[in-house]
Amino acid sequence: MHTVRKTDLPAVFIYCGLALFAALCLLPMVLTFIVSITDESVLIRNGYSLFPERFSLEAYRTLFNNADIIGRSYVVSITVTVIGTLAAVTITTMAAYTLANPNVKYRGALNLYFFITMLFSGGLVPWYIICKQLGLTDNLLALIVPSLMFNAFNMFLVRNFMESLPGALRESAYIDGANDLIVAFRIYFPLCVPVLATITLFYALAYWNDWFNAIMLVDNQKLYPLQYVLFKIRSNIEMLSLIPNGAPNRYTPPAESAKMATVIVTIGPIVFLYPYLQRFFIQGLVIGSVKG
Amino acid sequence: MVKKKGWLYELSRNRFSYLLILPAMMYVFIFSYATYPYLLIAFQRFQYSSGLLGSEWIGLKNFEFFFRSSDAARILWNTVYLNLLFIGFGTVAAVALAVLFNEVRGRLFRKLAQTTMIFPHFLSWIIVSYMMYGLFSTDFGVINRMLTSVGLDPVNWYTKTEAWPWILVGMKVWKEAGMNSIIYLAAITGIDHSLYESAAIDGANRWQKIRRITLPLLAPTIAILTLLNLGKIFYGDFGMIYAIIGDNGVLYPTTDVIDTYVFRALRQIGDPSNAAAVGLFQSVVGFVLVFAANWVTRKYFREGALY
Repeated sequence: MHTVRKTDLPAVFIYCGLALFAALCLLPMVLTFIVSITDESVLIRNGYSLFPERFSLEAYRTLFNNADIIGRSYVVSITVTVIGTLAAVTITTMAAYTLANPNVKYRGALNLYFFITMLFSGGLVPWYIICKQLGLTDNLLALIVPSLMFNAFNMFLVRNFMESLPGALRESAYIDGANDLIVAFRIYFPLCVPVLATITLFYALAYWNDWFNAIMLVDNQKLYPLQYVLFKIRSNIEMLSLIPNGAPNRYTPPAESAKMATVIVTIGPIVFLYPYLQRFFIQGLVIGSVKG
Repeated sequence: MVKKKGWLYELSRNRFSYLLILPAMMYVFIFSYATYPYLLIAFQRFQYSSGLLGSEWIGLKNFEFFFRSSDAARILWNTVYLNLLFIGFGTVAAVALAVLFNEVRGRLFRKLAQTTMIFPHFLSWIIVSYMMYGLFSTDFGVINRMLTSVGLDPVNWYTKTEAWPWILVGMKVWKEAGMNSIIYLAAITGIDHSLYESAAIDGANRWQKIRRITLPLLAPTIAILTLLNLGKIFYGDFGMIYAIIGDNGVLYPTTDVIDTYVFRALRQIGDPSNAAAVGLFQSVVGFVLVFAANWVTRKYFREGALY
């Protein structure tokens, strides 16, 4: 079977094309990393380059010497992501169980209740006023609760998965005297691990990458998540002083490379977890597209 | 006679089920349904201190103000135009990637390439904006360095209005095409393999198989996803545009969309009523479009509809 085909030219083009696009996807990240370890004076003279004349870890050193800002926002981001994701997955999965339970008579109405919110959004201003009235401003909850803690699309994803499980599971548990709480937590949720992994990642990523809640609801610098610190550093000059300062005046901080070092530090967790987790995303998308 | 077993009976019989769904219902009630009444502030001169009931009613003045301004045409056009570009180029790129991937036999290559292409999807637009700065920055950017090294003049990209729709499209495709191709690839994988085998027996070449089998059978999936995206055409991608453009007013003529405009009206200009008027207009038109798109999808592709 394994004959060497001589000139399958189209196949060569296909492989090259795909490899080229893949390389293109990686390139900006590689550039960012290289810049972050480039010597600042070389950077100022030659601009950004994939092959700098001289390397330097100065940017990371300043970052860690001024770890209070980055360190604190790291803690904020991790706290928000962990708590938010746990809460979101719990709420979503519990609701999905009920929507997938054929014994529930008002299932249709409940589906509609959630579906309407996917069709019609009140928009930014009413949302903002509600958050203000609930006191969701300038505290950790403001980063966790609004917008991110429930997503109807994820719920329907889990519901579809649960509907594909055999109904006899539920019925036989009822006969054994179990109520819906027991059926949900003991039988259904453990069986849903694949789809739960997917929505966990969806939620976690949304939390980790979020800066919208911060820009809308948080003014206190101590509560800035990482992404928002990055946004601030880029958008206004005075925040630049956040990164490297307190040094003597003669000392010019490696501003350009430090910016990129901050980026690298921010995407660090994603880069490390990505190889292990990406299959759940693919799997989840496929589940969602089969019936969705 | 069964009538007597009404909703109370149902609620108590399935009490645990209703209990399980309660948190989600409350969440949606607070952050969706309870926000709807506040759309009325579009007809007011709203003050936070006086609230919804205490603020002065001024009829359609906020709408008049918006539609008389030169901003209206600009942001409505930008929103729709950018979304059309995103949908068009995004779909073509994703379908093309999926079709190409389907031709790849080497599993390791396929896995590696796919993993790499999905990666940008995991980055926030803030991160992407930094990477773009590395490419487009006037003084340090790689692109300008390349231009000067071949003897061309460097371009000040961050003031070059007409280039930005295309830069944004490029970044959108860069970030999302790999991810979106997964859905199409899943649809291709579902195609009956005997079709390709019989085509091969009839002497069809690779291109003919793609044209006559893969693409026609992929058409419903493409149509469904495109329709659903068209339904969202009135919603700008705030996360993307504001992260990349920010408050760079020079670029507003080609990049300012409804969502960034509403954001500025609310948070920077501090005029909630004006912002709400634009937001209400967007919500209503957006609703009609999403509803229509879903209705069409449901009519022609039964299983593709959102609901």
